[in-house]
Amino acid sequence: MSAAPRKMRRLEPAAITGVMSRELANFRTYWKGTTFSSVLEPIVYLLAFGLGLGATLVDEVDGVPYIQFVGTGMVATAVIFSSALPAMFGTFVKHRFQNTYEAILAAPVDVEELVTAEMLWIGLRAGFYGCFPLLVTFAFGLDPAWGMLLVPIFSFVTALGFAGFGVAMAATVAKIDQFNYVTALCITPLFLIAGTFFPIDGLPQGVQLVAQINPLHQLVELVRGGAFGYEAVDLARFAFLLAFATLTWRVAVSRMSKRLID
Amino acid sequence: MRLLTGQAIADEGALRVLGHELPDDSKAARAEMGVVPQLDNLDVDVTVEDNLAVYARLYRVKDVGAAVDRCLDLARLRDRRGDAVDELSGGMRRRLLLARGLVHEPKLVLLDEPTVGLDPQIRTELWTLIGELKSRGTTILMSTHYIEEAERLADEVAVMHQGKIISRGHPAELITEHAGRQTAEIYAPPQRLAELRTEAEANGLRVRPAGPAIAIVGSEKAGDGVVPEDAVIRAATLEDVFVLLTGEEAE
Repeated sequence: MSAAPRKMRRLEPAAITGVMSRELANFRTYWKGTTFSSVLEPIVYLLAFGLGLGATLVDEVDGVPYIQFVGTGMVATAVIFSSALPAMFGTFVKHRFQNTYEAILAAPVDVEELVTAEMLWIGLRAGFYGCFPLLVTFAFGLDPAWGMLLVPIFSFVTALGFAGFGVAMAATVAKIDQFNYVTALCITPLFLIAGTFFPIDGLPQGVQLVAQINPLHQLVELVRGGAFGYEAVDLARFAFLLAFATLTWRVAVSRMSKRLID
Repeated sequence: MRLLTGQAIADEGALRVLGHELPDDSKAARAEMGVVPQLDNLDVDVTVEDNLAVYARLYRVKDVGAAVDRCLDLARLRDRRGDAVDELSGGMRRRLLLARGLVHEPKLVLLDEPTVGLDPQIRTELWTLIGELKSRGTTILMSTHYIEEAERLADEVAVMHQGKIISRGHPAELITEHAGRQTAEIYAPPQRLAELRTEAEANGLRVRPAGPAIAIVGSEKAGDGVVPEDAVIRAATLEDVFVLLTGEEAE
């Protein structure tokens, strides 16, 4: 017989980085398209809303030029679209069509490690892409500020939360077209009532309440804090984002375990 | 197969792989096991060597570069290492899939119908690889619907029917035990086949249908005149055994 069997632990870094290295190898084949759209999209939005609305209807919001108001808010848009959607579709495709997870789970990798790695990867990627709108807004007169250095961290944590949400959704739907319901009922409303394009305090009471517990709204406020000055409440916002990420992480692990293990 | 990799949990019974109790100790068991799936789940946009390197990392191989080189040699894909998988031929992909399951030099390899849907040339190629693996002392557990494959490759065969093992042993011994030495295949119109079958069975011989023909199994024991002159005499095979044991109707 061989030597005593090696004890395996939970959440082994080697398993997590292994799964992430698979994502990186795939990313190297498609990064150009993703990066292109991540740079171009905020520019299009900024031109449409910032210049369109800004030139005709709105001058400034709370003393901030409208284009800078939108530009800072756009970080949240970039984050949700580069985290929730890839997590939903990517997870579903890898599980259902490519049988990737079957191969990964045949190796010494558990569902918990697999889900954690997928979330971390999407979090890092979206954290990075989340900065692009800010960089684009510099071109429209936004002044760089030291507080902005924390934006990648805020984006990363928010993206983790939405990645967990996406993975959990992928483990819940029966068919890929059911993602239409998730997008229409969750993602689009969250993206619109985050305070990106208009301040939420003008909204009806009920909608305001939803906006207040919208993780994306916390991110919008934190980014504006980074650009125009933090407030004490921002600490609570960051704590809220951490809690959101932790919650979706646990839900995603449990949903995926049910889906992947018979 | 899914039970062995911890992706399905048994409702009852005990499962032990390489000294590890499943499912509690399944992770440690998986570390020593290589799996070659029935369905190709390679990353098609990624290069050959990256496909191997990712799995070397998942299996915690210390020297990833050396493991990748070894697998490239095994799959005879050294000159295609930088190509994306979807540029490879079907046979190359199969060899890569097999090599990926061996990236950590496992003690036990699970092959889940490794040659299903393949051309004869590619199948033979894979048989060679599996034979090499066997001669190096790796234990292989393979499932297959191709009885010929089991007969050629296996040291021990378990015949399964409706989820249960109904017979088990070395292929040659199973053939001798259940089928005898030779089989006579007779091609004729259905009417005539029915008559011949009745006659052979009346003489205590076992007969099974073989497509457009019938096969009299153990025909060396037949009395004069039972096997017609125009019958094709061939060596008994494991397929004869399989059909005799599991019945004429497929599940």
